[in-house]
Amino acid sequence: MGQNFDAIVVGGGIVGCACAYFLSRDLKRVLLIERGPIGGGSTAAGMGHVVVMDDSPAQFALTNYSQQLWMELYPQLNHACEPRMTGTMWVAADEEEFSHVEGKRDFYVKNGLPAEVLDTKSLEEAEPSLRKGLPGGLRIPQDSVIYPMAAAQWLLGQAQLRGCTVMLGQSVTKAKNGEATLQDGTVLSARYIVNSAGDHASSLTPEIKIEPRKGHLIITDRYPGYVNHQLVELGYLKSAHEMSQESVAFNAQPRATGQILLGSSRQFVGWNDEIDRALIAKMVKRAEEYLPSISQLSVIRTWVGFRATTSNKLPLIGFLPSDPKMLVAAGHEGLGITTSVATGMLIADLVAGRPSKIDRSPFAPTSGVAA
Amino acid sequence: MSEERIQLKINGLPVEVAQGTSVAAAILNSGRTSFRQSVDEESRGPVCGMGICFECRVSVNGHPHIRACMTTCEAGMEVITFG
Repeated sequence: MGQNFDAIVVGGGIVGCACAYFLSRDLKRVLLIERGPIGGGSTAAGMGHVVVMDDSPAQFALTNYSQQLWMELYPQLNHACEPRMTGTMWVAADEEEFSHVEGKRDFYVKNGLPAEVLDTKSLEEAEPSLRKGLPGGLRIPQDSVIYPMAAAQWLLGQAQLRGCTVMLGQSVTKAKNGEATLQDGTVLSARYIVNSAGDHASSLTPEIKIEPRKGHLIITDRYPGYVNHQLVELGYLKSAHEMSQESVAFNAQPRATGQILLGSSRQFVGWNDEIDRALIAKMVKRAEEYLPSISQLSVIRTWVGFRATTSNKLPLIGFLPSDPKMLVAAGHEGLGITTSVATGMLIADLVAGRPSKIDRSPFAPTSGVAA
Repeated sequence: MSEERIQLKINGLPVEVAQGTSVAAAILNSGRTSFRQSVDEESRGPVCGMGICFECRVSVNGHPHIRACMTTCEAGMEVITFG
């Protein structure tokens, strides 16, 4: 075939779709290849919380920039994407956690983001289903929720309007020096290839180390008003950072339908995609510490997914040092919905040789973070 | 079978049924066939009558999404339909 493309994007999760979205603004012949449905992997399995995280300067810069980009896109999104400004409520379980809330607020405010400390009474008013007598919380009003699979499809649809083509049902078995080999042996060539294969990115680019980190989610029937904000326990980052075998943290999201998405779990168990009932029970028990009546709600589905996890908890975004035609945009762990659009922008900036709005160096796939 | 009768409320109106009557039967006996509305606002009512189809969900004593066919009437119960 030997068709010549400007860029081939491998993987049609939300990150690949965002890469296609921004690359197609600069380049005429962009091709996205996806072996399954668009947004059907980790993208479909996750919650869709667009959240600014303060756990490291690089993570803050990326999530903050990406949230700004999402806010510019929100008025254009179609109805299916369900963007809603729910805000995040970080909930303190005890006085020790509450003592850190003001410092966290000051960090957000100092960086130009609104943040509000709520005491016991105002937290009860804002979220009546929460356990009474909690010390308080931190409200981040500009955080939002979105329906990830629809958002991925929308991004790719916009890219297609600009001339991007899409190949479905094909996997790329090899990509090197601007040549992508498909499962059926076809070789396609391009000036640039972007590996946005998410949790499978390592199989295409063995130099980078990305591991699947399993998560469980629960969704309830429709209970409008049961929860108003995305509720996250302040201890969430502890759970996310713990690189232990298994951790559970409380995280509840109100969907536009009135359904409640309930998380979260993190496990390193390879590609075992069985639902772990005992772990689901642990998640519900954890949620009950915050929402005592949660077990009265009717659950309609549980499922698992895999986060693409790097060793330093930052995504890899940039050129592969060993191959000047190869870029990586993968390893977004539990933040891929938030950070997808900034990733796409950074990839487009790199290909165009433009500077970016944020420092790209913490995300560069150098030997330091590879393997 | 006890002949004992009990009183409950359906949509705020008092209804009397024989003890052991399911909430679904009580609602149907009161002349209602639409128990709730689907997401697209179509009427829904009991189909399977044995707890599988979830079409007969109503609110019982303030708890939404309760299957009427699997719930036995109790004295003073407050049932709300959304037909």
